[in-house]
Amino acid sequence: MTSPVGAIDGPPAKPALTSRWDSPALRRFRRHRLAVFGAVTILVLTLACIVGPFLLPFTDTFIDIRQRFAPPLSGAHVLGTDQLGRDMLARLLMAGRISLAVGFAAMAISMVIGVCVGLVAGYYGGAIGAVLMRFVDAMLCFPSIFLLLAVSAFIHPGVETIILLIAFTAWMEVARIVEAQIKALRERDFAVAAEALGASDARVMIRELLPNAIAPIVVAATLNVAHAILAESYISFLGYGIQPPTPSWGNMLDNAQGYLTSAPWLAMLPGAMITLAVTSFNFIGDGLRDALDPRTDAR
Amino acid sequence: MTATPALVPAMAPVTRSAASMAEDVVLDVEDLSVSFVSPQGIVPAAREVSFEVRRGETLAMVGESGSGKSVTSLAILRLTPPAPQCRIEGRVRLRAGDRRVHDLLALPEARMRELRGSAAAMVFQEPMTSLNPVHKIGDQIAEAVRFHSALSKRGALDRAAELLDLVGIPDVRRRMSSYPHQLSGGMRQRVMIAIALSCEPVLLIADEPTTALDVTIQAQILELLHDLQQRTQMALLFITHNLGVVAEIADRVIVMYAGRVVEEAAVLPLFKRPLMPYTQGLLRSVPRLDLAGRRCDELAAIPGNVPDPLALPPGCSFAPRCAHRVPELCDARVPLLEGAGAEHFVRCARWASLAEGAPP
Repeated sequence: MTSPVGAIDGPPAKPALTSRWDSPALRRFRRHRLAVFGAVTILVLTLACIVGPFLLPFTDTFIDIRQRFAPPLSGAHVLGTDQLGRDMLARLLMAGRISLAVGFAAMAISMVIGVCVGLVAGYYGGAIGAVLMRFVDAMLCFPSIFLLLAVSAFIHPGVETIILLIAFTAWMEVARIVEAQIKALRERDFAVAAEALGASDARVMIRELLPNAIAPIVVAATLNVAHAILAESYISFLGYGIQPPTPSWGNMLDNAQGYLTSAPWLAMLPGAMITLAVTSFNFIGDGLRDALDPRTDAR
Repeated sequence: MTATPALVPAMAPVTRSAASMAEDVVLDVEDLSVSFVSPQGIVPAAREVSFEVRRGETLAMVGESGSGKSVTSLAILRLTPPAPQCRIEGRVRLRAGDRRVHDLLALPEARMRELRGSAAAMVFQEPMTSLNPVHKIGDQIAEAVRFHSALSKRGALDRAAELLDLVGIPDVRRRMSSYPHQLSGGMRQRVMIAIALSCEPVLLIADEPTTALDVTIQAQILELLHDLQQRTQMALLFITHNLGVVAEIADRVIVMYAGRVVEEAAVLPLFKRPLMPYTQGLLRSVPRLDLAGRRCDELAAIPGNVPDPLALPPGCSFAPRCAHRVPELCDARVPLLEGAGAEHFVRCARWASLAEGAPP
């Protein structure tokens, strides 16, 4: 805007067609080594969990009583077998399906709730905002693990109920993030400009404001997956979550407790999977946080 | 709502015929008062503002920061904060494109929303921040088009291209897929104007549309607005504090001070023979390049500051800064907006004697 006449007819400040793969955000993400590692790990893990069980010679429920406690790398079973002679690799991949599905689904639901509450609270503010945000504060006061345990003691545990339970205890952070963002964006001129054009409240919220708050939401979503996987593991480990024979990384750990000294791989393998998945998601979250914040370039 | 309502007699001589709007009047504002509730008390931002804008006419609203210009314009479209924080009184009537007259302040919100953008649109001061940074230009215009029409997405995009062409943006197809940060300030303001014009409003409110632009771009934008007005015959309410811009674009001018209209006149009489001492001061405080060759005095300024809206003087708001103040006359009560010639109104207790005594 500084060059007076030329700017009107001249070329734009940047070439209009930059490939999305060349965007500064992606470049910043790629510079974040651990985040790239995390993204690759999650990708490989997800693919393996989806495709793997079809390729393996054993299913996760196939019991071979003669091959109990086979240690890893000792024959047909690459990662060994458990106390019933079930193939550990097959079980880990099937458990991965459940655990990752719980992670993503719980994230999606908690995002929807959190974004809706945050949007409405941030946009309308005043009494509506105060009531909603105090409700969020109240929800945050519950220690979520105990809440999860208490509730899952009353209802029949299953994959769907676990997803819902985790989602209902994980949306508050998102609501707070979104509320703060929307409150700030609401005062921006383009929000008033859209209103002056006859845009409805919902339209201003969803079309104008929400896309501008997407960066912190994406970061929160990534970290939420890690949180959900971890939460599922806790509950399953304590026996209130996913019930055998359906495997999950958490209940595999629970199952391994009795054989910690005799067959340590039973605990180590699912433990390693949980650690790998959770840290990967956390790295991705960190990377996205840096990549989506343009100020990190100024360092 | 003023401090001394009892002392203000009937406003009959100045209020225009309240019952019916003349056929060519697009916007009729009567006794519009806007006040904000703050912890310190009630802040009157606009007080009994009355004016009308006719078809094809440009009315400039001039005043310092805080004189109530922007608040008035926002209140017309009901874009001020909601009720408990902000109170609006008075009457605003708008004659929409179908010649139906709407009483804007009495409309339900949903009906108001239909009129915003379609009958009355607004261009804001900051082209840098009035566009949504995450959407492409073409999509933003198409979106605005679709607020009030049943056009398909494709049809709306075609219309957007047409509008960009209309506001003089070259290489339209490429610009459509640009993001706001890829455009210069002048171009962004053109885009804002294109958006405002998308539904062919009968009234365009431009709130300091050129203030954030540099001078050459200002001139281009003013010319563009003028051209568009010639073509569409829309009424233009132009808010500014730049008297040079006023001289260039306005047909009539209203001067605001401390939330009140203090003078209203056609543009030539106002510049030639300002009656209100405040207007005179404003005109004197404009730097004059043509005088530079002769003697370059210090730039004339109006002494003092705009009064605190929480502690307004009981009489004329400008009295404390006025060189012609006669305490018993000026501080006694708020002067009326009196007729002082054809379409010339002034709110000054002494305008007649000043005009006689010291002809400019």
